[in-house]
Amino acid sequence: MAKQYETVIGLEVHVELATKTKIFCGCSTAFGGAPNTHTCPVCTGMPGTLPVLNKKVLEYAIAVGLAANCTITQYCKFDRKNYFYPDNPQNYQISQLYLPICRNGSVEIETEAGKKQVGIHEIHMEEDAGKLIHDEWEDCSLVDYNRSGVPLIEIVSEPDMRSAEEVIAYLEKLRMMIQYLGASDCKLQEGSMRADVNLSVREAGAAEFGTRTEMKNLNSFRAIANAVEGERERQIELIESGQKVVQETRRWDDGKGESYPMRSKEDAQDYRYFPDPDLVPVVVSDEWLAEIKAAQPEFRPEKMARYKKEYDIPDYDIEIITGTKRMADLFEETVKLCGQPKKVSNWLMVETLRLLKEKEMDPEEIRFSPEHLAGLIKLTDEKAINSTVAKEVFEVMFENDTDPEKYVEEKGLKTVKDEGALRKAVEEVIAANPKSVEDYHNGKEKAIGFLVGQTMKAMKGKADPGMVNRLLKELL
Amino acid sequence: MANIISDETIEYVGILAKLELSGEEKEAAKKDMGRMLDYIDQLGELDTEGVEPMSHVFAVQNVFREDAVTNGDMREELLKNAPAEKDGMFMVPRTFE
Amino acid sequence: MDLRKLTAVELAAKIKAKEVTVAQAAQAVFDCIGEREKLYHCYVTVDKEAVLRKAEEIQQKMDRGELDGPLAGVPVAVKDNLCTEGMRTTCSSKILENFIPAYSAEAVRNLEKAGMLMIGKTNMDEFAMGSTTETSAFGVTRNPWDAKRVPGGSSGGSAAAVAAEECFAALGSDTGGSIRQPASFCGVVGMKPTYGTVSRYGLIAYGSSLDQIGPVTKDVADCAALLEVLASHDEKDSTSVRREDTDFTSALAEDVKGMRIGIPRDYFGDGLDAEVKEAVRKAAGILGEKGAVVEEFDLSLVNYAIPAYYTIAAAEASSNLERFDGIKYGHRAKEYQGLHNMYKKSRSEGFGAEVKRRIMLGSFVLSSGYYDAYYLKALKVKALIKKAFDDAFAKYDLILGPVAPTTAPKLGESLADPMKMYLGDIYTISVNLAGLPAISLPCGKDGAGMPIGLQLIGDCFQEKALLRAAYTYEKARGNFGTPPMEEKTGKEAAALSLQEAGHQTCGGASANVGCVKCSTEMR
Repeated sequence: MAKQYETVIGLEVHVELATKTKIFCGCSTAFGGAPNTHTCPVCTGMPGTLPVLNKKVLEYAIAVGLAANCTITQYCKFDRKNYFYPDNPQNYQISQLYLPICRNGSVEIETEAGKKQVGIHEIHMEEDAGKLIHDEWEDCSLVDYNRSGVPLIEIVSEPDMRSAEEVIAYLEKLRMMIQYLGASDCKLQEGSMRADVNLSVREAGAAEFGTRTEMKNLNSFRAIANAVEGERERQIELIESGQKVVQETRRWDDGKGESYPMRSKEDAQDYRYFPDPDLVPVVVSDEWLAEIKAAQPEFRPEKMARYKKEYDIPDYDIEIITGTKRMADLFEETVKLCGQPKKVSNWLMVETLRLLKEKEMDPEEIRFSPEHLAGLIKLTDEKAINSTVAKEVFEVMFENDTDPEKYVEEKGLKTVKDEGALRKAVEEVIAANPKSVEDYHNGKEKAIGFLVGQTMKAMKGKADPGMVNRLLKELL
Repeated sequence: MANIISDETIEYVGILAKLELSGEEKEAAKKDMGRMLDYIDQLGELDTEGVEPMSHVFAVQNVFREDAVTNGDMREELLKNAPAEKDGMFMVPRTFE
Repeated sequence: MDLRKLTAVELAAKIKAKEVTVAQAAQAVFDCIGEREKLYHCYVTVDKEAVLRKAEEIQQKMDRGELDGPLAGVPVAVKDNLCTEGMRTTCSSKILENFIPAYSAEAVRNLEKAGMLMIGKTNMDEFAMGSTTETSAFGVTRNPWDAKRVPGGSSGGSAAAVAAEECFAALGSDTGGSIRQPASFCGVVGMKPTYGTVSRYGLIAYGSSLDQIGPVTKDVADCAALLEVLASHDEKDSTSVRREDTDFTSALAEDVKGMRIGIPRDYFGDGLDAEVKEAVRKAAGILGEKGAVVEEFDLSLVNYAIPAYYTIAAAEASSNLERFDGIKYGHRAKEYQGLHNMYKKSRSEGFGAEVKRRIMLGSFVLSSGYYDAYYLKALKVKALIKKAFDDAFAKYDLILGPVAPTTAPKLGESLADPMKMYLGDIYTISVNLAGLPAISLPCGKDGAGMPIGLQLIGDCFQEKALLRAAYTYEKARGNFGTPPMEEKTGKEAAALSLQEAGHQTCGGASANVGCVKCSTEMR
C-alpha cells in the first residue's frame, strides 16, 4: 500500500505598509514614478548616510501584531542582515532578528474542515529592496531603487498549515485583517503582499518534520496553491526514490508549473546579523501601546455580529459586505446618510457586484462615494426617478462617481408627474393598440403590461409606472 | 597560535566579504586572522555572566521621523557617480542566470 | 604680521576687525601649501580656484553683516571621510577615487553656516583604518616635526596640516584615537567629543558606534570655538544627542581648584615610553599645583579594551563597507565574469591591505557560529568597560593619562607589525567604547624633539570640564612652539620625498622597493 504523506507548511508573508514615505528616509512610496525618481542618498546607500525610522511604520506593525494576538516587544531593535545583491544598495538590509516587534500570536482560519488556529511566530519590520530589470539587449540588469526602503512587515507563521486550502484561508484572513487596519492594500499581483512558502512532507503520523524548502515568486493565490501541490509531489517523489530533500530556496515558475533552486555557491546564506548601530532602540510604553490598542478598528467578526444586531439584512449580504473594508465602510457611511440599510445593501449586492464582476474590478477599487449612493436612493424614494432610470444613473455613478442628482437634472431624467401629459400619452397608446385593448377587455390581464410598456416607451422611460397603471385602468 | 585558520575558512570569509585574495594574500590573511583571534580570545578571561551586551552607550531611544515626504527627485545627482548607467538606472552584470 | 602664526580665534578677530580679509587669510594658507605640501602631503584634494571664490563670497557676507560667528572667514581643512557636496571625497581609498557626493556632511554644513572657509580634504588612513596615515592609497603624510616620521592617524592629514600651518584648524574623526593620537604626534590639540555631540551624517562610517567627528586645532581656545561650531542636534542622525550646553568657549577659564583628577595606574605600566611617562606626570603635577586634586587609582580592564574594540570596529566596518561594490559609485573592475566576480574584483582592487584585513576579521567574527563567542562577548566587555569608567567618574571629574605609548614612529615601522600598531591605541580606545569625550594636547617633547601628548578624559557630556583643565594647563605650560619646518624644506626634503614618498612619486604601478606604500602592499 502506498504510504500516506502529510504536508507541513509555514508561511513568510511580506506586506508593504501604506505609509506615504519610506521606512528610513523622506522619499515617497508612490507607485509608478520613473526609475530612481523616488530616491535619495539614504535609500540608494550613498556613503555616510544614515537611517531614521518612520514612526508610522512602527505603529502599523504594532497594530497588525495586536490584531494577530501577538505579544508586542516593548524594547525592540533593528539588525542588519548582510548579503550582496544589486537591489540591496547598502548590501545589508535593515531588518529585525533578535528583538522583532511582535511575537507569539495566532489567527483563526476557517476551511471546509472547520476552524483552526495558525500560530504567528513573529512579525518584524524591514526595508524593501529595489527592482531589477533584465535588459536583453545589453545582456545586463538595470537597478531601480524606487522601491528600495519601502516599509515592509514580515509575518512569519508557525508550520501549522497542512494544505493549500489552509494556506489560502490564512492569507485571506491576514489580508482582511490588514486591509481593515488600513495598514496595506495587500495586493498579491502588485506585490504589496508576497508569500514565501516553507514546505516539508513527512509520513503521516511521524513526529519529526521533514527537510523543508522555501518557495518564492508566488504572486497569486492560484500560484500559491499550484506551488504547494507541485512541491509536495516533488518532495514525495524524492523520498520515494530514496533521495534526500535538500534545504534550499526555490523559485516557482507558475507558467511551467515547476520550481528551480535559486542560489549559487556564491551565496553563503550566512547573513551575519548584528544590531544596527545607526538606529536606536524602540521603547513602546504601556501608555503608547494602550493608545494604539484603543485606536484599533472593529474587525470583521465583531462587525458581522453588530450588523446582525443593528441592520435587518440577510446573513449572506453581511458576509459579502464585510468581506472587504471598502464595502463595509461604504455600507455604513451610506446608511448613516440615508438610514435605509436594506436599500443600501441591495445596491451593493446587486448592481455593485454585477458591475465589479463585469469590469473585473476589486471592491477596493470602487470609486463612488457614500454621499452619491445615498443621493441616488433618495431620488428613488422620492419617486423622482423610476428603477430603470436609477440603474442607468448608477452605472454612470459607478464609473465616474457622478453626482446622481445633478446628472438626472442635466439629462432631464426625472419622472414626469404632470398627469395631463401622461393622460395624453396613455390615450394615444390606447388609440394605437386596439388589439391589446380588446384583449384586456376579454379578460387578458396581461395585456395591460404591454400597454404600460408602450406608455413608458412613449414617455422615454420617465413615467412613474404606478401612475401609468392607474391611468390605463381608468381610461380603459 | 591557538587559532588555526584553514584555507576553507579564508575561502568562505572571502565569499561573505566579497574579497578575492591572491595566494600570498591568503597566507597572510590566515596568519593575521589567527593572531588577532588569539588576541581577542583574551576576552574569554573575563566573566561576563549576566552582563547585558551593550550596543549603544547611551539610553537614547525612540528617534523617529514623521511620515511626510521631504525628498524630491535626485536621480541626476545620484546617478552621476555610477560606473555604468542606462535609462536612468544603475547598470550591473546580469543577475538572472 | 605673519598671519600663519595666528590661532583661528585670533585670525577671526582680525578678519572681523577688517585688519585682514578672508582672501588674505586664504592666501596665507596657500602660501604654506605651496611651500610645504610637496613634502608633507597633508591634502588629498585642494581646489584653489573654488576656495578663492568662496573666500570672496564669505567676505561679502561678512561685509553685509550676515556672518559674524567667532570663526567666520577662517580657513579650515576637512578630513577626506567627510562628504563635501561637489568635491571629491575619497576616504583615501582607490575605491572612492572619483566619488563626488551630492550632499555635505552635517559637520561640514555647520562649518559653512559659521562662515568658515574650507580649504580642502585631508589625507588619512584608508577608511580611517590605521594609526599612521600610511595606509592611504594616495601616499603617506609626513610629520612636520620630522619628515621621516609619521603624523599618526588616521586623521594624520588634518593634524599635520594644522601643525604645518597649511590651515588654521581642521576636522578629524576619531574611532579609536584617530584625532587624539595624530594631534599628539604633531604637537597640536585634538578632541573627541561625547558620542552623539557632532552629527555623523555624511561621515563615511568605519565603526558607527564608535565614530565621532571632532576638532584639530592649534590651541585649546580654538578647540572650544570649533567644537561650538560643530556640535548640533541633527534629525538625520538617530544617534545625535540634543544638548543645551554647547557654549563650550564659556568654559575657557584658568581654574582647576578642587577639580578631582584620577590617574589610572594601569596607564603607566610596561610599554609606556619613559620620556612620555615623565612628561605626562609633569603635566599632572602642574595641574596639581594649580589646585586640582590629583591621585592615582586602578581603572581596571585596560588591556581588554583593545581586543573588544577591534572585534566591534571590524564587525561594524565589514558591514559598513559592503556598500562599496562597484554599482552605485566608486571603482568597478574592468574585467570580470558575472556579478559576484565583479563584486570580488572591484573590492579587491579598490581596498588596500589593512582595510581588507579588517573586513575579513569583521566578517568572520559575525559569521554563523562565531557571533556569540566574539561579537556578543565584545559587547559585554564594552558594558564592563563603561561600568569601570562610571565607577571612576563617581570619584573623579577627569582622568589623566598619555595619548600614546610613544611619540611618532618612523615611516614604515608600524605597518610591518599590525598587532604592535593596534597596541599603540591602548590609551585612546576605551574612550570610544564608553562614548566619552577626551582631549589631547601637547605636554612636552622627547629627546628627538618629537611632541608628546597629554590626554584628559571626561565623563559623558563633560567637555567643559575637559576644556577648563586643558586651558588651565596650556596657560601654565606656555607656548609650545611650531615645528622647525624651515630647515626641513630644503634639498634634504626633496631627497626624502624621492626616497620614501608614496605612490604619487613612484607611480604606484609596480612594486617599488624604495616606496613606503609599495613595501606596505608587498608585505
